Amino acid sequence: MGNMTELNEQALAKYRNSFLHEVEERVEEGDWVKMCMQCGVCAGSCTFGPHWEHSPQKIFMMIRAGKREEVLRSDSMWMCTSCYNCVVRCPRKLPITQIMHGLAQYAHRLGVAPKMQPTRDLSLIFWNNCIKTGRVNELRFTLSLYFKDGLMAGIRQALSMQSIALALLMAKRLNPLEFFKGHECKDKAGIHRMLKKAQEIESRRQGAHK
Amino acid sequence: MSDMKTAAYLCTGCGIGERLSAAQLAKVAEREGKMHLVRQHAFLCSSGGVQLIRDDLEREGVTHLMIAACSRRAKTEAFHFPNTAMSRANLREGVIWSQPDTEEARETTQEMADDYVRMGCAEVKKMKLPAGNPDLGHARRLLVVGGGISGMTAALEASRAGYRALMVEKSGSLGGWAARLHKRTAFREPYTDPADTGVGEMIAALQSDPNIEIVLNASIAKTDGAPGRFKVEIAVESGSARTEDVGAIVQATGFSTYDAAKLPEFAYGKTPNVVDQAGLERLAREAGANPIRRPSDGGEVKSVVFVQCAGQRDDSGIHLPYCSGFCCATSIKQAMYFKDANPAVDTAVIYTDLRVPGNGEDFYRSAQSKGVTFTKGKVTGVEPGGNQCKVSFRDLILDEDTAISDVDLVVLATGQVPNSGVNIGDPEDAVADAEVKPISILNLSYRQGPDLPQLKYGFTDSHFICFPYETRRTGIYAAGPVRRPMDIAQATEDATGAALKGIQAMENAHAGRAAHPRSGDLSFPIVRLDGCTQCKRCTVECPFGAIDEDEKTYPVFNESRCRRCGTCMGACPVRVISFENYSVDTVGAQIKAVEVPDEFSEKPRILVLACENDAYPAIDMAGMQKNVYSAFVRVIPVRCLGSVNAIWITDALTCGYDGIMMMGCKHGDDYQCHFVKGSELASVRMSKIGDTLTQMSLETERVATYEVAITDMARVPRLIDEYAAVINKIGMSPLKGFA
Ligand code: SF4
Ligand code: SF4
Ligand code: SF4
Ligand code: SF4
Repeated sequence: MGNMTELNEQALAKYRNSFLHEVEERVEEGDWVKMCMQCGVCAGSCTFGPHWEHSPQKIFMMIRAGKREEVLRSDSMWMCTSCYNCVVRCPRKLPITQIMHGLAQYAHRLGVAPKMQPTRDLSLIFWNNCIKTGRVNELRFTLSLYFKDGLMAGIRQALSMQSIALALLMAKRLNPLEFFKGHECKDKAGIHRMLKKAQEIESRRQGAHK
Repeated sequence: MSDMKTAAYLCTGCGIGERLSAAQLAKVAEREGKMHLVRQHAFLCSSGGVQLIRDDLEREGVTHLMIAACSRRAKTEAFHFPNTAMSRANLREGVIWSQPDTEEARETTQEMADDYVRMGCAEVKKMKLPAGNPDLGHARRLLVVGGGISGMTAALEASRAGYRALMVEKSGSLGGWAARLHKRTAFREPYTDPADTGVGEMIAALQSDPNIEIVLNASIAKTDGAPGRFKVEIAVESGSARTEDVGAIVQATGFSTYDAAKLPEFAYGKTPNVVDQAGLERLAREAGANPIRRPSDGGEVKSVVFVQCAGQRDDSGIHLPYCSGFCCATSIKQAMYFKDANPAVDTAVIYTDLRVPGNGEDFYRSAQSKGVTFTKGKVTGVEPGGNQCKVSFRDLILDEDTAISDVDLVVLATGQVPNSGVNIGDPEDAVADAEVKPISILNLSYRQGPDLPQLKYGFTDSHFICFPYETRRTGIYAAGPVRRPMDIAQATEDATGAALKGIQAMENAHAGRAAHPRSGDLSFPIVRLDGCTQCKRCTVECPFGAIDEDEKTYPVFNESRCRRCGTCMGACPVRVISFENYSVDTVGAQIKAVEVPDEFSEKPRILVLACENDAYPAIDMAGMQKNVYSAFVRVIPVRCLGSVNAIWITDALTCGYDGIMMMGCKHGDDYQCHFVKGSELASVRMSKIGDTLTQMSLETERVATYEVAITDMARVPRLIDEYAAVINKIGMSPLKGFA
């Protein structure tokens, strides 16, 4: 993936003060940002709105006002739950959810996304888990999530979920053996090749080599 | 009177026969109404019923008809006897549909019906068939004042409809503001790009139109007369003058831009790099196919900021308080001038609300996709520095004070100020003290003043809610931004409407018919001058300036300028003004015809004088919806509350009525009164009725005024019942039995 901060510096140099253009070119669905008419419907519709620092409406305005650092370092877009409430309501039909994730992903790639951001941690664990075998190993996924903040925290988490785990076991919804070697998809090597290719295309598209 | 032959027709259809005793009604018509002929029919509006009436008109020589059936607003085609005086007793909507169908209610329901028959008989006997307006005028040429888009449209549309037009333009060329534009905002599918103004083609069409005569460098020195016979003196700058006969007038005198010099905070005048929208059009036209350059030094323009609502929507009382409505779209268009030529130019529109009515929304979207930046904020200042400016503003979304620097060009969206001439509503001394003396546009010789009355902010008064093209001068129509702020597309539509109204006015004047809203009415106010005391009330109060004064200050009626509202009739203290089919007597006789039961009957009588345009239909519709109301009311429709003469009130009270409800349209700035001032004048007059009541030793509650809208069919029964309860509380009138 290369040096992320270096990538950030390149982008900074290229777009200087035109953050909007940068978003348009490099963020998924970013060219929609200019179409926002600042009605605030998304801000009022967002299920998590009150808990974010900046509503989608504000994020879009900040992009237009060239507030690059504040946007990319913001944890707001990481809070999006993909409920799509805003998308169905936006009178300008902006794919807001996609833009939120696009922005989050872009900040992550540039290495400027907020550290210790729970959604980001979860996404990383999920991703690393699923690309290994082409399938999500639920048991390991859960455990890595529990133990992400250290051994003691993990044990505490696991103990608190004990009864649920037992119930899942009884209902044959949880197989402890998965911990050692879980299901894999048939052509694991093929999946890996595919992911590699996709990554190549993606970084080309997002201008890493521009 | 001797040749009057009256006939009453009682319909027993629609359930009237079941709910009421027709025999009793016939008896009332015959004995009390003294009708020469009384007939019943089970289905009067059927061809058989109508034929029965026609036969009587022909064979029996009936001259006056009283039809007791449905509301006068129903079955107007069936009961259309233009050569006969006719009244209608409203037994259906007004009685059986608005009263409960119960045994207990039978008696009061019948009494109501009896009274309406008495009233109908009394009314018709006081009516005359209108002889027709003597003030005919046959000029069929339309005068158009102002040669901008609105004026040119009006002239061309009139010509297309087959009428001749005379255009008078103050300046030396046609086209007005539109001719000074580089492009106009998008006005047709797909609403994405600025469009050619089309002004050149329009001027050419006008000049080659044999129906249209154009007089440039000219103004109106005097306007005299009435629809169909206006005499207009045209003064040409060169000194020559001519007098022309025209039938109607369209005033399309447009607007001036708000003076940007009043906005020093935006550095207008301090640097040539701050311009208003008109200034930017000039730059764009000068540049032609080349990029627009920076005025101060001809440098390249890389960044433009548009300041919306500059000197508009201002609540500080210094600048224009209103929104001009066109300027948001204009800024969008002007930003496109830059973006279309070079997408790298930064264009920012700073707005508080972007207002793009109609399809302007698509135009806005197009500008966004072209990369124009829209920032919701309020500009606080523009600071010039060298060849660039810094624009400071409050960002209303991010809630912070911020600025854009290195701006090459700042464009101020200032608004439209109407060119509407003298505000005849201003007190004379205020006009005398004014810094700049307003210059009259029409120089009307009317007694009420030389120009069209204004409503607010200098815009001419038009019936904004229901009849936007109407002004308060019959046959003179305001079109375009002189009426309200608007853009080219709206002005085009407005002018088309005004031209058609002008044509209609000429045709009405030709036939002697009233214009809107009593279109087709052939009656007109008749004044008995030997009784007139020259009090001037009618000349002052006529909402349409129809009445002038002669040397001896007697009123001179101009029938073709009159709308038949009856306000003059209501105003006249000596009651010398009347219409042949509507007069102090036609209503007075109805009031007196009602049988008022004595004090101990527990049956009060409440007179309702209801405006025929809104309140009366609302009461009818209450009946249609079977919204029951008190059986003690007797409703008389009036042309306008303004036509209510105080004598009706005193008559009713001395006859022993227990209360009077007056129902008219809303008045004030957002009036709905069809005659603009009628309901307002009525409420002023009625506010003074308290003294009269006290003199008569009556409670002030006995007369009440209400604003009623046509949609009030649920509210009106409530108002009536509440008022009946009030009367019940204060008790029966002590004046019963004295009349
Ligand atoms: S709902 Fe759409 S147009 Fe409105 S503020 Fe949100 S993104 Fe912008
Ligand atoms: S999709 Fe995301 S941004 Fe949109 S309303 Fe849901 S949580 Fe908020
Ligand atoms: S149209 Fe726009 S710029 Fe003009 S006054 Fe209205 S809101 Fe302001
Ligand atoms: S007050 Fe009404 S009825 Fe009387 S002259 Fe004026 S417009 Fe005509």
